[in-house]
Amino acid sequence: MTTLTLSKALNAGLRRSLADDPSVVLLGEDIGRLGGVYRVTDGLQQEFGAHRVIDTPLAESGILGAAIGMAYRGYRPVIEIQFDGFVYVAFDQIVSQVAKMRARTGGAVTLPITIRIPVAGGIGAAEHHSESPEAYFAHTAGLRVVSVATPQDAYTVMQQAIACDDPVVFFEPKRRYHVKGEVAEVGSTAELAAAPPMSAARVVAPGTDVTLVTFGSLVATALDAAVASADDGVSVEVIDLRSLSPIDHATVEASVRRTGRLVVVHEGPRAVGVGAEVAAVATERCFDALMAPPVRVTGHDIPYPPAKLEMHQVPDLDRICHGIDRALGRVPALASHGAVAR
Amino acid sequence: MPITTDSTTRDDLPQAGLTRQSTGAMTTPDGPPDTGRTGAGETGDAGQRTMVRLLDETGVRHPDPEHDRWLSDVDDDVLLGLYEDMVVARRIDLEATALQRQGELALWPPLLGQEAAQIGSASALRGDDFVFSSYREHGVAHVRGVTPVELVRVWRGVTASGWDPYAVNMATPQVIIGAQALHAVGYAMGILADVHRGEDPGPDGTAATVAYFGDGAMSQGDVNEAFVFAATYVAPVVFFCQNNQWAISEPVTLQSKVPLVNRARGFGLPGVRVDGNDVLAVLAVTRAALHRARTGGGPTLIEAVTYRLGPHTTADDPTRYRDAAELAEWKERDPIERLVAYLRSTGALTDAVAQKVQDAADRAAAEVRAGCIALETPPALSVFEHVYAEPHAELEAERDEYAKYLAGFEDEEGAR
Repeated sequence: MTTLTLSKALNAGLRRSLADDPSVVLLGEDIGRLGGVYRVTDGLQQEFGAHRVIDTPLAESGILGAAIGMAYRGYRPVIEIQFDGFVYVAFDQIVSQVAKMRARTGGAVTLPITIRIPVAGGIGAAEHHSESPEAYFAHTAGLRVVSVATPQDAYTVMQQAIACDDPVVFFEPKRRYHVKGEVAEVGSTAELAAAPPMSAARVVAPGTDVTLVTFGSLVATALDAAVASADDGVSVEVIDLRSLSPIDHATVEASVRRTGRLVVVHEGPRAVGVGAEVAAVATERCFDALMAPPVRVTGHDIPYPPAKLEMHQVPDLDRICHGIDRALGRVPALASHGAVAR
Repeated sequence: MPITTDSTTRDDLPQAGLTRQSTGAMTTPDGPPDTGRTGAGETGDAGQRTMVRLLDETGVRHPDPEHDRWLSDVDDDVLLGLYEDMVVARRIDLEATALQRQGELALWPPLLGQEAAQIGSASALRGDDFVFSSYREHGVAHVRGVTPVELVRVWRGVTASGWDPYAVNMATPQVIIGAQALHAVGYAMGILADVHRGEDPGPDGTAATVAYFGDGAMSQGDVNEAFVFAATYVAPVVFFCQNNQWAISEPVTLQSKVPLVNRARGFGLPGVRVDGNDVLAVLAVTRAALHRARTGGGPTLIEAVTYRLGPHTTADDPTRYRDAAELAEWKERDPIERLVAYLRSTGALTDAVAQKVQDAADRAAAEVRAGCIALETPPALSVFEHVYAEPHAELEAERDEYAKYLAGFEDEEGAR
């Protein structure tokens, strides 16, 4: 066990993959000499060389397209998209090319590309630096989408994602890069296989009254909400989804069947988001067990606001607790739409 | 090595086909813009720039020491091979067009008129090279060993992919305009990375990649990014732009105010403009570019000036946007007729040989027709295959659900 920050754990996972598999290459802007704007690739170019940790021109579509070609040749590229808001210019290469290549070649071409994206807000950043684009990618067949919340997952899931023969969009909660945690050494093929699969959700706090589902940067906030609720006599079960494609609905279903109440929390906009999918499937599968409608606590359906206003976009402890109260029927729903004038 | 960027200023790059240096981007062009409607696309830079051309439009061979040196092995057998490939490619293409008209294919993008550009360039390739093409490169695919039936499978709508890319070292057609140029660059970076890992490139140099795209694609960001990446990493890639003058209804002048080949200089690439209807010139310039790529010289942009004699696809009606006179003018520059005139003049092409080639073309046409009609629609549940390489529980459940739904119909059938 070592204590590492989440960003250092990512770095350790990348280092281990580079050391164990000569086909692993890293591509991105400023990832070499600088070590990335968040230093996630710090020291890797010095250790593995400029031919394996490759600084690229400033062109995200170019990075993805070049990675596709390298994967065609047998390489296992790991891309860094510098900030979440910069991934959209690579959208075609991800959605039309990376995601579909295996299916459109009848399984002949496998693209084991990992696309790392620092994600979400809460750090007072500039425009286009605080986006939560996960729903776009979770909506796209052929991609796997994961979102880590702890240093241990950062270390282990990074290696699992790189070893996976499918393309993986790997979200890193930038607000939590500096959070420390215990990290156990994992790295051999057997160890990676024995670790929880990256597609599995995890119950991070057991509870009996309400199921609270979230991922990424808000797992920590959800745990705070569980503690606050306990003080209030409410037992909240917190689930870290970890994987947004596929979503581990079975773990959510098992929990909701016990608690009868579901709250889903994420930073991204509400409409057609991950929370909508979780709530819909939970409703389909355990309608009979639900004692209240599922509640979504999410970002608003607006462009990400300026830094001084971002606390109104990112769900915080109070908003999550309010969502829990709604699920318990302690406060009325706030929605005004749908009311019919009589 | 790719990964070390080339920091030198490359303003002294050879620009083959350039007879007089352009005076720079800030000066007013001294000629009218290339209309894309006349000539071989040379009008805008007339007098400043020539195309590489070894066989003129009447089939007369003109010596050109700079380019002839790439053709020292081209004897009558090679020439007749090029001729046969062009005739067969055209015949397959015409048969596929007919199959679409008869309702057997959903769509077909004809290559008619571009046979020299495609056969000439593809014939310059080695087996270990890798091609990333657009959707019109049936001639290239034919040379790579793709069968006529594999060519039409996608267009019949029975599969997403006509062939295994690794079986012929050619990716399946790319429909998103220009996206494949980056894939070619990445593959070329992989070739260099292999060398860095210790692979011996051999005396003839490394493998290379070729990205095929058209004049319309020259406006795409991906193509321009591909130029940047290729130049930066000195990647062994040849960018082969078939300027067929039209991107559906848009003339090349809508894509560029300068000859497309001029773009190369700004990216630090050598550029060469070639008569795309002259199979010998295309072969020569492609061999030269591949040699440069294999031996550490990096990428080259080739602009092959040609013409799309047919529609963009069988769904298109070019009479709505281009003049009959222009079409007639380009028919006079037919790439096959030009080679025939030359081969007749040298005596290499006899009536007997011509008949043999025609027979081969007819066999290919019969093969594509019979093979196309015999293609069967795959089973319904095959749509769930190959989406993921590794197990995916949610998709498997979705497939099982749909299988049960379909099975319900089978019960109904049985009950009747």
